[in-house]
Amino acid sequence: MHLHDFWFLLIAVLWSGYFLLEGFDFGVGILLPFVSRDDVDRRITINTIGPVWDGNEVWLLTAGGATFAAFPEWYASLFSGFYLALLLILVALIVRGVAFEFRSKRPDARWRSAWDKAIFWGSALPALLWGVAFANIVRGVPLNAAHDYTGNFFTLLNPYALLGGITTLSLFTLHGAVFLALKTTGDLRSSANRAVKRVAPVAVVAAAGFLLWTEISYGKAASAVVATIAALALLGAVAFSLRGREGWAFTLNAAAIVAAVAALFIALYPNVLPSTSVAAGTLTVTNASSTGYTLAVMSWVAVIFTPVVLAYQAWTYWVFRKRLGRGDIPGPAPASIEPAAVG
Amino acid sequence: MNPLDLARWQFGITTVYHFLFVPLTIGLSLLVAVMQTAWYRTGKPQYLRMTKFWGKLFLINFAMGVVTGIVQEFQFGMNWSDYSRFVGDVFGAPLAMEALLAFFLESTFLGLWIFGWDKLPKRVHLLTLWCAAIGSTISAYFILAANSFMQHPVGYTIDAAKHRAELTSIWAVLGNSTTLVTFPHTIFASLLTGGVFVIAISAWHLRNKRNVDIFRPSLRLALVATVLAGVGLGVSGDIEAKIMTEQQPMKMAAAEALYHTSKPASFSLFTVGSLNGHSEVFSIRVPRVLSFMATGSLNGKVEGIDNLQQQYEQQYGPGDYRPLIAVTYWSFRFMIGFGLLAALIALIGLWLVRRGQLPTGRRFYTIALWSLPLPFLANSLGWIFTEMGRQPWLVFGRLKTEAGISPSVTGGEVLTSMIVFTALYGTLAVIDVWLMAHFAKAGPAAEVAAGDPEPVFAY
Repeated sequence: MHLHDFWFLLIAVLWSGYFLLEGFDFGVGILLPFVSRDDVDRRITINTIGPVWDGNEVWLLTAGGATFAAFPEWYASLFSGFYLALLLILVALIVRGVAFEFRSKRPDARWRSAWDKAIFWGSALPALLWGVAFANIVRGVPLNAAHDYTGNFFTLLNPYALLGGITTLSLFTLHGAVFLALKTTGDLRSSANRAVKRVAPVAVVAAAGFLLWTEISYGKAASAVVATIAALALLGAVAFSLRGREGWAFTLNAAAIVAAVAALFIALYPNVLPSTSVAAGTLTVTNASSTGYTLAVMSWVAVIFTPVVLAYQAWTYWVFRKRLGRGDIPGPAPASIEPAAVG
Repeated sequence: MNPLDLARWQFGITTVYHFLFVPLTIGLSLLVAVMQTAWYRTGKPQYLRMTKFWGKLFLINFAMGVVTGIVQEFQFGMNWSDYSRFVGDVFGAPLAMEALLAFFLESTFLGLWIFGWDKLPKRVHLLTLWCAAIGSTISAYFILAANSFMQHPVGYTIDAAKHRAELTSIWAVLGNSTTLVTFPHTIFASLLTGGVFVIAISAWHLRNKRNVDIFRPSLRLALVATVLAGVGLGVSGDIEAKIMTEQQPMKMAAAEALYHTSKPASFSLFTVGSLNGHSEVFSIRVPRVLSFMATGSLNGKVEGIDNLQQQYEQQYGPGDYRPLIAVTYWSFRFMIGFGLLAALIALIGLWLVRRGQLPTGRRFYTIALWSLPLPFLANSLGWIFTEMGRQPWLVFGRLKTEAGISPSVTGGEVLTSMIVFTALYGTLAVIDVWLMAHFAKAGPAAEVAAGDPEPVFAY
């Protein structure tokens, strides 16, 4: 395997990891207004992802950094081309990030409800837009011979990409619901399980439609196999969830997300950003990549440090493995006296 | 305004804003880690209360640093795609390493620290904060290595056909002399920022003799840190100036608005009148100081702007190779001045708290409180100086700033994003300052006994 193929694989892994992890914390953010009946519920909901959401988001930064290092042309064309979409994602991620930190700092109900809205929109918008973006990467965008994007914001809003957006939005919402059911007790757990039932049909139909469209228009044998695995895993996740097997439901839903992302990357390969206008505009793993030396350096770094990162992130999940319930939220609304803990 | 100016303004606004939070994150993380270590070692509840009080302010600030940092990583590709294409093979590597080695460490272990009070053994819990602090510090190293490549490109060749710089030695890039000196300078600046922050807020409480058991040790720790940081800044800044003179002589000339090569060269404390080299009304000059700053010798030769301009025209072709002199001249002075002033105030404070004493009267406390903006101004001006002083280059001697922007992005798009970020950042600044002030004034929790069950939740 050539090093640029290895880096294509690694970037696919980083994006899969990002969607697998931030997927559920987006989902939890989206469900926040719907599953919780009072502030205590909302605090439990947020606290299920509290210790991990920031670490999950670093997968995005690493995917971005790795793309910059390994495929500078891809990074340059993609980020300048998808300008306004990325701007929206950035604004959403900024607002969402501070919302988690600022929300608890005042007991005032209006203050908290404003930040709850920020968490909702800050989660829903990227969940939708990442799907739109990835569908466009697979579908291709107009690029000139210098690999510069020649479309505009609305070029990105084609039917295939919009279906991609609905797929990620519903899939991440489902992922969040399954996660919440796994991490909570009592009423919250029941309402998370009810949310699974409501979101699942949408997610299954959207994902099946989107993967089918991908296979028909852009797919190959290998991506078809992986897409089928994704669809089966998704159905399995829903089935397990209905039987109350929350651990299995989450595992299979995670597998569905990873397989769906893998199917997209397999369909894309060996291109990284196809051009729909000029053939010479198409970016591939070869013409977009860095030099062999840079890729070799970065491969060493990745091979040595990725296992370390995976180990301590896994340890975090282990430390916070317990389900949360109303009993875990200490005393009266804590910010009225003093925000709880150090935060 | 054209897309180039807009993209530059946006980079300036978002980066200066981001760097208001970053040094405070690094500085405070180290100070809070020291406080928690003191608690771990002695078991005194006052150190736990200190840790929690400053930790809370640290976390509010940290959130702002994190979210504004995401923009930075995207912005190169969004507004500066031709720059990204030109440098990606070299510049991308430290950026990717920063994410993998530093950001994961910082964010994961901070999550463990915030939520792990009752879940982890004390020693492990302390270790999580140190890991997060180390993560923040390492992140500074990698981003400075990337920036240093723009100031002083090393370890690369130019592939003319592909029109890009290609990495030939990662060790040269990571061991760039510019990085080796800007890294300690930045870390000392961060420590100074964290130190002054703690000094100012402690002074506010001590002025009214509130929570003396918390704020006296806080003050003392911060005074020591700030004085040490001041010394470190002086030493590293001195070496940096000499390296800069060697690598980017135009920047040094622009820092002094020195038009004609001089031997020896004097340093002007300030100048009245225009800085164009021939309409100076009045200035206070210290003889030979610029020679010493730039070369280490009181009689050293410092090259002037006009001479360098001629030299660069021969070397790089026709063009204007002068940065905006008024910006470099004043930012350089005020960076040094504000930093020095902060360190001096801390030195006086250190004298006043000797042998268990506390400053009497209100004067010191008032001055200490008002010193709060100094490090933030110095940090911002330092970056404005070093980035503006590199102009017209984006990568010194290799790529001009005008050649780095995104060809596919319109002025309207850049303007849109600039307005959005400015409005969003402005709003968040108001909320952040309000929250910080609120919790700074509220003071530490009344009682946090060691045996108390620790609250679990931060959110």
